[in-house]
Amino acid sequence: MNSLSIFDVIGPNMIGPSSSHTAGACAIALMARRLFDEDVKKVTFTLYGSFSKTYQGHGTDKALLGGVLGFATDDPRIRNSFELAKERGVEVHFIIDEKTQVDHPNTADILMEGADGKEMFVRGVSTGGGKMRIVRINQIDVDFTGEYTTLIVKQFDKPGVVAHITKCLADEKVNIAFLRLFREDKGANAFTVVETDERIPQAVLEKIKKNENIQELMLIPM
Amino acid sequence: MDFTTGATLQAVCEEKKISIAQAMKEREMTLGNVTEQSVMDRIGVAWKIMKDSATTPIAEPRKSIGGLIGGEAKMMKEYRESGKNLCGEMLSRAMSYAMGVLEVNATMGLIVAAPTAGSSGVVPGALLAYQEVKGVSDEVIYNGILNASALGYLLMRNASVAGAEAGCQAEVGAASAMAASALVEMEGGTPEMCLNAAAMALSNLLGLACDPIAGLVESPCQTRNSIGVANAYTAAEMILAGVKLPVPFDEMAEAMLRVGKSLPFELRETALGGCAGTPTGCALGCKICKK
Ligand code: SF4
Repeated sequence: MNSLSIFDVIGPNMIGPSSSHTAGACAIALMARRLFDEDVKKVTFTLYGSFSKTYQGHGTDKALLGGVLGFATDDPRIRNSFELAKERGVEVHFIIDEKTQVDHPNTADILMEGADGKEMFVRGVSTGGGKMRIVRINQIDVDFTGEYTTLIVKQFDKPGVVAHITKCLADEKVNIAFLRLFREDKGANAFTVVETDERIPQAVLEKIKKNENIQELMLIPM
Repeated sequence: MDFTTGATLQAVCEEKKISIAQAMKEREMTLGNVTEQSVMDRIGVAWKIMKDSATTPIAEPRKSIGGLIGGEAKMMKEYRESGKNLCGEMLSRAMSYAMGVLEVNATMGLIVAAPTAGSSGVVPGALLAYQEVKGVSDEVIYNGILNASALGYLLMRNASVAGAEAGCQAEVGAASAMAASALVEMEGGTPEMCLNAAAMALSNLLGLACDPIAGLVESPCQTRNSIGVANAYTAAEMILAGVKLPVPFDEMAEAMLRVGKSLPFELRETALGGCAGTPTGCALGCKICKK
């Protein structure tokens, strides 16, 4: 729902104490985990701005780690996320960076490593009321909220790739709410971020993959 | 169907002869394209969380992360049960519940932001005590929650419910306005009376600073939630008795936002002024942050 819903007022259902410093932090990390799409073996968080100053009193560290373990913002296990990470053998590091200037006061970086050495870097900002935005994946600046079904396509920045993606979606009658292209450098790697109102069927993904310039697809259902 | 102000909400209700709760439910079903069942199921889930968060700290108190609160809900209950309470059964219960929710929030427990985490005790506190004392069904309470969400929506849309933006008058003030309106509807008041009760609740807390000690949602937030419930009951009772506030809800919401914007930076969640800025508040802040 685009305008405010009952459950934006009576909600979110969340682990306290703060919608921006706890729920928003967890939401960023949970999105990072969903983008990574496998168990995290080692994770390094860097906290900036207000996150770096008041993270302990707001349980921001527990919420971030909980998100990476796959806990949603209303999951009571967040309170014990450090113990649970230890049980699962996840190596956890926190870097508190009070010096670096960031655009948004509640910013966190998450560097995840999987069992096979796969790595992913995600930067997110908590924008208040439990809402968040992902603003960077690996070396590429992006911008999406996870409030829609989100498809992220990693591709080579070549002509016709975006047209191919939109055609595949149109063929399956998926209505696009937002579509944006984010590039590393001209002609290098790029991400197309598509946000849709409806769910995106698997068949579309198979079709999109057929283009030789597509490297990877990440689908985050709403 | 949609409405964007108190005036249009009232007009919709009067034209269709429905309650605010009904109007909000219909709005959700149209704009969100969802069934009545799914809306009511989600309200049921929220109410269960609200009740749990209001009552568990009475049975199992625990210290907050910052150490400033913990155990107050139980103290309030014991005092009430001693029979020495000054406030009467309903308000004494509501205070204890509202404070309990803040304890759960400050110990990383599960709460429903209503409309924010800092003010999450007011609506459940007011409604749960009302339910227990009046013996009404969950369905009545669900309508109360729907009604409260309509007022909260209007304040989020047309004013502010963020302490950092407009002070505690926006957070606890909004929660209190929501609860006041819900109580009036559950007691059989008209939509016009609900809006007037919400306006009155806002007017009574106008100018309230946001000044959390050490920047944590603990103190004075917990006792503010208690005031939020008391204010909701008093506003509802005044309206039900026929007392009126001459200023309409929409103008009051705007006034609240304007007062909020004119609050100095120190009084908008920065932990620099008010309670947080007192010598004791500062000392506690330093101690907690070094811990
Ligand atoms: S003092 Fe500030 S943080 Fe505490 S309840 Fe009020 S608005 Fe929220």
